Amino acid sequence: MSQLALVIDLNVCVGCHACVTSCKQWNTSGWAGPLVDENPYDADPTGTFFNRVQTFEVGTFPDTETVHFPKSCLHCEDPPCVPVCPTGASHKRADNGIVLVDYDKCIGCKYCSWACPYGAREVDEQQKVMKKCTLCIDRITDLTLPERERKPACVLACPTSARLFGDVQDPDSEVSIAIRERGGYQLMPEWGTKPANHYLPRRKTRIYIDPEELIRADNPLRKEDLTTYSGEETLDDVTW
Amino acid sequence: MHPAFSVIFLTTLIGAGQGLFLALYTGQIYALANLLPAQGDEFYAFGSLVALALLVGGLIASFFHLGRPERAWRAAARWRTSWLSREVLVLPLVMALVFAYGLAHWTGHTQPLFTLGNWLAVDATLLIGLAATLAVFALFVCTAMVYAGVRFLEEWCSPLTVVNFTLFGLASGFMLAAAYSAFIGNQLVAFFGTWSVIFTVIALVSRFASLTRNAHLRHKSTVQSAIGVRHQTVSQKAQGATAGSFNTREFFHGRSAGTLRTVRLLFLFLVFPLPMLLIGAAYATQSPTLPIVAFAVQYLGLLFERWYFFAEARHPQNLYYQSVA
Ligand code: SF4
Ligand code: SF4
Repeated sequence: MSQLALVIDLNVCVGCHACVTSCKQWNTSGWAGPLVDENPYDADPTGTFFNRVQTFEVGTFPDTETVHFPKSCLHCEDPPCVPVCPTGASHKRADNGIVLVDYDKCIGCKYCSWACPYGAREVDEQQKVMKKCTLCIDRITDLTLPERERKPACVLACPTSARLFGDVQDPDSEVSIAIRERGGYQLMPEWGTKPANHYLPRRKTRIYIDPEELIRADNPLRKEDLTTYSGEETLDDVTW
Repeated sequence: MHPAFSVIFLTTLIGAGQGLFLALYTGQIYALANLLPAQGDEFYAFGSLVALALLVGGLIASFFHLGRPERAWRAAARWRTSWLSREVLVLPLVMALVFAYGLAHWTGHTQPLFTLGNWLAVDATLLIGLAATLAVFALFVCTAMVYAGVRFLEEWCSPLTVVNFTLFGLASGFMLAAAYSAFIGNQLVAFFGTWSVIFTVIALVSRFASLTRNAHLRHKSTVQSAIGVRHQTVSQKAQGATAGSFNTREFFHGRSAGTLRTVRLLFLFLVFPLPMLLIGAAYATQSPTLPIVAFAVQYLGLLFERWYFFAEARHPQNLYYQSVA
């Protein structure tokens, strides 16, 4: 068993949309046909994307924090979108756990999109079939590529390495360790969909300095050295 | 949710068709028990034709919902897990059985095949009608479970959805049977009308129950659980697209709260009191046209009801699509 997934580090994502554009570029150029755009240079542009970066503001000014939030299919381990599909076009691969849509079988009934609480599925307005993130299945399984390139386009494009890719069921994988040691969490855990993708939380880097580190607690006279130096050698000079 | 007219027409048309068939079959059974004057075979045959027309109309409407209608046959594949697939299978079955029922009447296959307990003469129409009745109820369940089975749409995910769909189908179908009887001028108007009023009253209770339930619904998901940030104040600044996306088109009705309230008032008036008043007036005045008006008004009301049913449901994905930069 293996379950491929992304782990997205919200602490380092800067919201540059490089993953969005690289995803679009790779997936619009593949054998599965384009991810169609409509009115791309006009009023009301719209189009099909597998991955979008959203931005949320947490808190009230001036105590606010900006969270850039990349969102794509989470490849749920218990995907509610799969059993509802009447044609079997939506399926979860047994070998690597990736949830895929067979574009040749999909009838565009949109029912699976109702059954995804995350809004990860989008109908292609021209091909009229359901589309969603494939974790670049055509790329990660392509043995003609060098191994370091067998990763989703978004992962390779991210300039801050906010996106990790790997098998979340292998306890020793980079992603499992990141989830375990850096507080990885799932979206909307209340639905029991068990998303395979995880997010790493925002963290503040703080140094904790105990007052005892500044004032010697074991100074019996509670009196620090008040010697005034005037250029002569001190203990620091000789020890360094 | 965005109310799609294809689905609004599908569910209301087949509901009325199913109800009409049940009305005809009920009439036949009452006649068999000598509780109603027996009708000629043409009454059932033409009635079945009308029911079939409604079912076909619903089916045609449903094709407009599909991006790739030419592949619709594939939808029969996953009946083990998908209510939509089950609906796709049971709908043609109902159509075939209603057709067979009408045909059996039309061709006069009404010679008793055998007699039960030496008083119930069972003929082909009775048997086909029984099978069709079971299929019709299965279709009510399948159609409603397409909606009630999506647990993320908490407004729909309730047994009340199944109850409502069934009762609205029965009410409008029996009302149509009354209209049909009035049109051809037989004596069954009062019988069908009374049953329609009974179903309408029960439907009023169950629809009120679901409206009340939904008004007090507390959604499981919040923007906090959606992005996993524990803070009381989280507001969206960008959703990853400057104009709309599939997510903003499919899951939002795009109307004001005022429009929603108006539609609710409209359907509460058009589905419940008005048709009942009209059919009551028809009974008092023996009018042949009022039952037809009553059905038309109730059907119109049901279109509003179904529109509201969709607009009322709020999908958790909407938490990710609250504002554009
Ligand atoms: S995120 Fe949505 S589309 Fe992706 S597997 Fe989960 S339920 Fe299905
Ligand atoms: S839109 Fe396509 S993938 Fe989704 S449920 Fe319908 S047939 Fe299946």
